[in-house]
Amino acid sequence: MIELRGVKKKFGEQVILDGVDFVVQDGETVALLGPSGTGKSVLLKHIIGLIKPDAGQVLVDGLHVARLKRKELAQLRYKIGYVFQNGALFDSDNVFENVRLGISDETKYADADYSRDRVAQVIKLVNLPADVIDKYPSELSGGMRKRVGIARAIVGEPKYLLYDEPTSGLDPVNSDIIDGLVERLSDELGVTGIMVTHDVRGAFRVADRLALLSGGKIIMQGTQEEFLASENPKVKEFLERDFETPSNAAA
Amino acid sequence: MAHVGRVSMLVVEIFRGLKEVRIWVPRAFDEAWNIGVGSLFIVLLVSAFAGGVTAYQAGYQFTGSLPYYVVGTLVVESIVLELGPVLVGLILAGRIGARYAAELGTMRVTEQIDALESLGRSPASHLIIPRVVAGLVMIPVLVVFADIVGVLAGLWAAKQVLPLTTADFTYGAQYFWHSFDAYYSLIKAFFFAAAITIIPCYMGFTTGQGAEGVGRSTTGAVVSSSVIILLLDVVLAKVLLNS
Ligand SMILES: Nc1ncnc2c1ncn2[C@@H]1O[C@H](COP(=O)(O)OP(=O)(O)O)[C@@H](O)[C@H]1O
Ligand SMILES: [Mg+2]
Repeated sequence: MIELRGVKKKFGEQVILDGVDFVVQDGETVALLGPSGTGKSVLLKHIIGLIKPDAGQVLVDGLHVARLKRKELAQLRYKIGYVFQNGALFDSDNVFENVRLGISDETKYADADYSRDRVAQVIKLVNLPADVIDKYPSELSGGMRKRVGIARAIVGEPKYLLYDEPTSGLDPVNSDIIDGLVERLSDELGVTGIMVTHDVRGAFRVADRLALLSGGKIIMQGTQEEFLASENPKVKEFLERDFETPSNAAA
Repeated sequence: MAHVGRVSMLVVEIFRGLKEVRIWVPRAFDEAWNIGVGSLFIVLLVSAFAGGVTAYQAGYQFTGSLPYYVVGTLVVESIVLELGPVLVGLILAGRIGARYAAELGTMRVTEQIDALESLGRSPASHLIIPRVVAGLVMIPVLVVFADIVGVLAGLWAAKQVLPLTTADFTYGAQYFWHSFDAYYSLIKAFFFAAAITIIPCYMGFTTGQGAEGVGRSTTGAVVSSSVIILLLDVVLAKVLLNS
């Protein structure tokens, strides 16, 4: 279970999170919606301890993320796969090395046979051709890079997957492929997921539940039906604006 | 001044990461190769010119009251003690320092450093230690090459302007030579290498947001590592040559 309780975060004078309460149960896939620049990525980074809250608590499986010692934090991070917005692939390593770095168990990482097979397996799982493993990130299209990013996040068999705008900047066909992938990972591997997005359609397709971040707070959580029926002007505004511009550019 | 504290923390991180030998050693080899191949030409070019010009000017200023072999002393001492390490240091601050800051800065703004941490891996052992170790090993090696080539170029140039033989030059070189001079050159190179690697790694690692952030870290890294080299030059001369 992932729990954020009263999480506050400022950068300088700029208040980004202003008391976020947000819980994700095991097995769920929750879409975290919100206009760009509201702090969705900042929220996600709190969960793996890349950013520490100024106030409030972040708990994963009951552990206080911000209070963990270095070793414990590394252990926790092995359980969480993080898919970065633009892939964040390591430029100087080829796809194989990129994905292999996600193998958290040191003995398995060092085992050449295991890593080769495991990397090939996840590359197939994300629908990439087997020969991409020799390519460098700069040789891949945006959609492929995102899929390699997903492969790297799942290769260590995480319990949780955090996706930061996995479909932003992609054309509708590629977006559909990624959404389908997120769905499959949740159904087939039983991964608990949080998908940050401002693509409402994708969110409706993939998520069991949605949450809207606005003004530093989660202003609404609920199912697709509850969102569509909401009278909250901010929710309505967000849904309407997004349906008018179906293909969003990167945030 | 807050930088000093944070640079020290980076150094602590570096020591902590050193036990992950399997991670950093192969990366350090790649990096060392990059440094060697990438910088050898410019280092040799500059040191050859420095040696040549030193000898040429010595010859030009010669009044005749001094024996010719003094040119050998002059060239060897100025190249080995000062010009070799300092010129190489400043050039490499521009080459290696700028590259390290730009690479790490780009990795910071494109979230590659976050990604590494999200995998439970240590940026110190994956990114910083290989770069620092490679520099600490290769920069002194480059300085040795620079010293040798500088001296040889000095010998050649001296022979062009003065009726001096190789034997005169060698005699002069040995006359005032202490074996400590070679160590001094290496010690300097080592300290400069630390400045050229650690400061840019720190600057790159702590890059602010956006492409301007990378630009700022890169120029900042070159300027501050160059200034530190010049300061170290003074400090080391005071500490090591005053005995
Ligand atoms: N490390 C940081 N330092 C300073 N400001 C940051 C940092 N990370 C994010 N911000 C700021 O926080 C705000 C929210 O960012 P972000 O979470 O990336 O938004 P989004 O909802 O689009 O993902 C932005 O204004 C951004 O500039
Ligand atoms: Mg974002």
